[in-house]
Amino acid sequence: MADPMKIRAALQGDTVEVRILMAHEMETGARKDSSGKPIPAHYIQTVSAAHNGNVVFSALWGPAIAKNPFLQFKFKGGNKGDKIQVTWTDNKGEKRVDEAAIA
Amino acid sequence: MNYTRRQALKAGGSLGLFSALVAMGLVKPGDAWAQAWNKGMFETKGMADALKALGASTPTMSTDVVITAPDIAENGAVVPVAAVSKLPKTQQIAYLIEKNPNTVTAVFDIPSGTLPEVQTRVKMGQTSNVMVLVKADGKYYAAQKEIKVTVGGCGG
Repeated sequence: MADPMKIRAALQGDTVEVRILMAHEMETGARKDSSGKPIPAHYIQTVSAAHNGNVVFSALWGPAIAKNPFLQFKFKGGNKGDKIQVTWTDNKGEKRVDEAAIA
Repeated sequence: MNYTRRQALKAGGSLGLFSALVAMGLVKPGDAWAQAWNKGMFETKGMADALKALGASTPTMSTDVVITAPDIAENGAVVPVAAVSKLPKTQQIAYLIEKNPNTVTAVFDIPSGTLPEVQTRVKMGQTSNVMVLVKADGKYYAAQKEIKVTVGGCGG
């Protein structure tokens, strides 16, 4: 199981700014190890964020997102204390769900 | 590139299948955006093919699409790229990196209520044009910026 995500959600006026840091190696599949064998691709393919059960943001990713991905987006309609739930899945079928409260 | 023949065949096959489905009208190119992760879309190479896979063959270049990224990225493994769309009814934002092995880098869905602003970090193998493609009210708009890379980040 991958390490938990760091999620920060802050209310600024009527907008919630969400910043997510995921712990993932994001291996492209194009690199080789020291013995010359290709390192298999292992990267996050989908990310989605939900606020009170409604999807407020979703992403489809290729292997060219940097290691330990950072993502920032903003949405309207959130209140302090509401939960933001973020889910990612990778090309090996691994999945991670974390949540944070809006501060 | 060091793809083996098998991988190349596999990639070509899935791409071919996707095009075939598009040709048969089973999959409308525009639908690719809203669909689940799609191998054909992410394995396109070059801007023309990538745009075609996204259903946006000829996007309108627009100053309402703003890319915020460094002119020179010292480390291609971590290049911060932010995109803002000032177009009303923005539905989707996509990042395309022309000279990467996979041109389509990310596709973001923007439901109503979410601001058309996104920021993430990408990997770049070499100096390349980076395009931000925006789908707003069913039409495609784009902006492009060249980012110079000193050290590549695709492990080449």
